[in-house]
Amino acid sequence: MTELTNLTIHETLRKLRAREVSPIEVTEAYIKKIEENNSKYNAYVTTSFDKALDGAKESEKRYINGTNKSLDGIAIGVKDLFCTKDIRTTACSHIIDNFVPKYESNVTQNLLNDGALFLGKLNLDEFAMGGSNETSCFGPVVNPWSKDVKLVAGGSSGGSAAAVSANLCAGSTGTDTGGSIRQPAAFCGVTGIKPTYGRCSRYGVIAFASSLDQAGPICKDVTDCALMLNSMAGYDNRDATSSNVSVPDFTSFIGQDIRGLKVGIPDEYRIEGMNEEIAQYWNKATKMLEERGAEIVRISLPHTKYALPSYYVIAPAEASSNLARYDGIRYGNRVDGNNMEELYINTRTQGFGKEVKRRILIGTYVLSAGFYDAYYLKAQKVRRLIKNDFDEAFKKCDVILTPTTPVEAFAIGDKTMSENPINMYLNDVYTVSVNLAGLPAMSLPIGLSKNGLPLGMQLIGKAFDEATIFKTAYQLERDVNFKRI
Amino acid sequence: MAVDNEIVKNIAYLSRIKVEQDKLEETKTEFNKILAWVEELNEVNVDNIQPLISVHEDPIVLREDVVTVENSSNDVLANAPQKEFGYFAVPKVVE
Amino acid sequence: MAEYILESNGEKWEIICGLEIHCQIISKSKIFSGASTEFGVDANENVSFVDVAMPGMLPVLNMECVKQAVKTGLGLNAKINKFSQFSRKNYFYADLPQGYQITQEKHPLIGEGHVSIDLSDGTTKEIGIERIHIEQDTGKSIHDIDPKKSFIDYNRAGVGLMELVTKPDFRSPDEAGAFLRKLRSIVRYLGTCDGNMDEGSMRCDASVSIRKVGETGFRPRCEIKNVNSVKFAMQAIEAEAKRQLEIYEKGESFEQESRQFDPTTCTTKYMRKKEYAHEYRQFPEPDLPPLVLTDEFIEEIKSQLVELPDEKKRRYISQMGLTAYDAMVICENKEVAEFFEEASDGHDAKKVANWLMGDFFAMLNKKGVDINNSPVSAKNLGKLVELISKDIISGKIAKDVFEIMSETGGDPEVIVEEKGLKQVTDTSAIEAIVDEIIANNPDNVASYKAGKNNLLGWFVGQVMKQSQGKANPGVVNKLLRDKLDN
Repeated sequence: MTELTNLTIHETLRKLRAREVSPIEVTEAYIKKIEENNSKYNAYVTTSFDKALDGAKESEKRYINGTNKSLDGIAIGVKDLFCTKDIRTTACSHIIDNFVPKYESNVTQNLLNDGALFLGKLNLDEFAMGGSNETSCFGPVVNPWSKDVKLVAGGSSGGSAAAVSANLCAGSTGTDTGGSIRQPAAFCGVTGIKPTYGRCSRYGVIAFASSLDQAGPICKDVTDCALMLNSMAGYDNRDATSSNVSVPDFTSFIGQDIRGLKVGIPDEYRIEGMNEEIAQYWNKATKMLEERGAEIVRISLPHTKYALPSYYVIAPAEASSNLARYDGIRYGNRVDGNNMEELYINTRTQGFGKEVKRRILIGTYVLSAGFYDAYYLKAQKVRRLIKNDFDEAFKKCDVILTPTTPVEAFAIGDKTMSENPINMYLNDVYTVSVNLAGLPAMSLPIGLSKNGLPLGMQLIGKAFDEATIFKTAYQLERDVNFKRI
Repeated sequence: MAVDNEIVKNIAYLSRIKVEQDKLEETKTEFNKILAWVEELNEVNVDNIQPLISVHEDPIVLREDVVTVENSSNDVLANAPQKEFGYFAVPKVVE
Repeated sequence: MAEYILESNGEKWEIICGLEIHCQIISKSKIFSGASTEFGVDANENVSFVDVAMPGMLPVLNMECVKQAVKTGLGLNAKINKFSQFSRKNYFYADLPQGYQITQEKHPLIGEGHVSIDLSDGTTKEIGIERIHIEQDTGKSIHDIDPKKSFIDYNRAGVGLMELVTKPDFRSPDEAGAFLRKLRSIVRYLGTCDGNMDEGSMRCDASVSIRKVGETGFRPRCEIKNVNSVKFAMQAIEAEAKRQLEIYEKGESFEQESRQFDPTTCTTKYMRKKEYAHEYRQFPEPDLPPLVLTDEFIEEIKSQLVELPDEKKRRYISQMGLTAYDAMVICENKEVAEFFEEASDGHDAKKVANWLMGDFFAMLNKKGVDINNSPVSAKNLGKLVELISKDIISGKIAKDVFEIMSETGGDPEVIVEEKGLKQVTDTSAIEAIVDEIIANNPDNVASYKAGKNNLLGWFVGQVMKQSQGKANPGVVNKLLRDKLDN
C-alpha cells in the first residue's frame, strides 16, 4: 500500500471521507516521517505535533458526525513567516527567534477554520530575503532531490517546498515577494502558486516588501493548490490592500479543456545563453498545450530586462522600513547597551544576518534624499512600465508560459552565488516581473534535467484570473506526468 | 553615483546597523556593485510615467470608528525583553 | 494693529513666525487600529498589536479621523484634497513602535486655508494655513520612576493627529497668541479636538526668525518645540526673537536648530540640530492605498457643520445688536456662546450680553467656577432680564435678585414674588406717596420752583425710600414733574 504521506491532499480527503483512514492515523504518519527525516532536510524549524494531534482528534469527531470541512484532517506545514498563535514564529531570524505571537495570521486562521492541522513551522531565508534558503538563522534546507552533493531547496520558501517534496506534510503555505514560492517549488519538483496581489490577506504575515508580498500554497499537484488556495484566499478588512473580489472555487477549473485558449510566449524571456535543457522543456510544454488545442502567440514584454534592477530597489526600500520595528524594545532579542542608541545598534547588528543587513542598507540608501528620485522613484516608474507591458500582452493572450528559473538547483555554499549577491539575484529573472505587476503565477514541474533534478514551468495569468492558470496547469500536468519522490 | 566610506557609515547609522571599520571597504565595494547594476534603470525613458506604488490602486476602504481590540495588555507585553509595572523598560532615554 | 518692532542701534527689526500645531483628533478608536483613545487608564491598557508594531500587523484607516480632519479643514476655510496619500517617515525612537510614523507628506488631506484673528486693538488679520495632514501620535516615555531606566507606555501611540502648518504670517507674539486662541476655539466648536494645550491634546511648535524692516528674504530660523500654553508660546517667540537679535548685534550668526522654551527663566535653550529631511527617508506607505474622497462625502460633512465663531460674531453684531467686543468675547468660547443664546432666547439680547459680561462673569470669577457649573442657569438669567424689561423690577432690585440667584440657584420670578420685590407701577399708590412728600416739604418745593432743578433727585429719592424701592422710578419721575412743574 502507498504510504499515507505520499498521497496528495485530494487523495487523502477521499480516504478520510470514505472513512478508510482517520485524521489521527494520517497525522501520526506525518509526525513519524518528520521525526525520521527532518534532520536530513532541515525543513521544519519548530514542530507543533501536540497541537496537530489535538486537532486530529477534533477532526475525527467531525468526520464521525458528518460536519467535516473542506480540508478537515489535512496535516500541513506553515512557512515560519506566518504568525501562528502560541506557536513560535521567527522569520528564521535571530532577532525574533524567541517570538511567540498572541495572534493568528488571516491565512492560517482560514486554514484552521477549514479543518487543516499544523505540523510545524517551515524554514525560510531570513525574513524571506534570499533565493536558496541559505540565509536562515537555522541553516539551509537540503533539497530532497540531492544526490552526493547537498543542493539548495531554493528560497525563500525552501522549507515549504522541501517538506512537500519529501512528504513531510500534505501541503504547505509559502509567501512570494520575487519568486519565493515558484523558484523553490521548481527546484524541489512540486507545484506552487503565487496568487494575485490582494487575493490573500497579509494580516499576520511578517512583512518583507509590502507591495510585493503575497501568500500562496505549495503542494504536490495542481488540484491540491486549488484546494489550499480556496481556503487561504479571501477579503480581510484588517489588510487595506486585500481585494474585495469574490473567490471562485478553484477546483472547478480542474479538468476544463483549453481549446482556443491563447498562450503567450514572451520573446524577451528567451535570454542570451539560456540553459539548453530549459529551452527544450519550454518548447515541449508549448507543444503540449498546442496539442491540447491552445493557440500559441508570440508576445513582447519589452521591459523585462529592467524588472530585476527595479525589484532590487523597491523590495529593499520597503524592507528597510518594514524591518525598523525590530529594535529589541517590545519583543524579540535585545542586546543591551548603555543607552538607547547602543541598544538599537547592538540589537540589530547582532540580530540580523548578512543578507538582511545588506538589503536594509541598500534600502536605506535608495530612499535617502538626493538618491530617492534616481533610484526609488525611477524604479517605481519602471514598475509601471512593466505592468503596462503585461496589460498590453494580455490583450493578445489569456495566459503566459515561461520557465520558472534559468537554472536547476545548485549546491549549498555555491561560491558564484555567495561571493556575488547579484548572481543570486539573477535566479529571480523569470519570476520578479510578476510580483511587480501583482499578477498570479504558478510553477509546476516539467521534467528532470540530465543531472536528474527537477525543472519548472511558470504560467502567468491576468490579475484575479487564477482560474485560467489552474485550467492550463492541470492539462499540462496530465501530459507531463511528473514522478514525485 | 559611487558611494564612499562616509556614505556607507551614514547609511549604516540611519539603519542602526554597525559596519565594522575593517568591513567598510568590502561593504562599499559590494554596495557600488549593486548600485551599478540597478543603474541599468537609467536606460529607460520614464518621462510622463506615473510611479506605481502598489498594484492595489483602488481607493482605500475606511474602518468604522469602533473600539475592537480583543487583546489584553498582557498579550502586548508577553514578548517584551524587559517589562516593569506594566511598562516596556529600556535604558534611560536622554532627552 | 500697532507694529511690533525690535529696535537695536537705531535699526528696526521685525519678527517672522510660523506655527506648526499638532491637534489630537477626537475619535473613539485610534487612527489605524481599533484600540480605544481613552486616557487615564493603566499603562499599555489601550494598546492593540497594531499599535506596538507586532510583526505582520497592518494599519487600517479610521473613517472618523478623516471626517474630523475634513471638518476642521472646512472650519478653517481650507481646500479639501479629494486625493491624499499616506507616507512613512522613518526614524528610530523609543516612543515610535514601527520605526516610522505613518503621516502624509506630498499629498496632505487638507490644503491651503485661512483664519481671521482678532487683535487686541479691535482689528482683525488673516493668517494663512499652509496645509493640514493626518498622522499617528507616538507613545510616551516616563523617565522619573527609575534612575537608570525609562518606561514606555503606548496608550497614546496611534491616536489620530492633525498637523496644521501655518504660513509664516505672524509678525508679533500677540498675533500668534490670538491665532492659537482662535484655532482652539474653532476646533472646540467643531468638536474635532479638545484643544487643551496643558494636557498635550494641542501642541505647538513655533518657527521664529527676524529680519530688518524692509528686507525681503528670510534669515535662518529656529524652531521652538512643544510649547504647552498660549502664554508660553507668546513668551517663547519674544524670547527667541530677542536672542536672535542679540546674536546679530554681536555681528555673529547661528544655525537652524530646534530649541526648547524654559518658562521659569523665560528663555529658549538649545535642544538639537534641526533634522535634515533626508534622514526621514519618506516614501509612500505601501500598506495603505490612496485616500480618495467623493463630493458626497465632503458635502455630507459640510451639511453637518455648526456655526463657527466668526459667523456667530457677525450675527450677534448685525442681528442682535451686540458690540463687536462683546460679540468677540462671547463667541470665543463655545459654552459661553451657547449659554448666551439660551439666555437671550426671547429676551433682550443686548441686555443679556451686558449682564453676562458684567455681573455674571464677575460672579463666576469670584466663585471660581466655569460656566458649565454656574449656579445661575441661562434660563434664569434670561428671566431676570425679562423682569427688568417688563418694568417688574428695577435694575437696582435686579442686582439684589441676582445676588440671591447666585447663592441659591433660584428662579428670579419666584424670588421676586416671595420677597415682594415687584415694582409698584400703580399710579394712584405712588401718587399718594408723592403728594405726602410734597406736602411735608414745603421749603424744598419752594426752592425747586425757584429754580433749584437738581432737587428733583432728592424728591425721587424720598419717594423711593418711602416705597421701599418698589416704586417704578419712571412713574415717580413723571408724577413729581407733573406736580412740581405746574
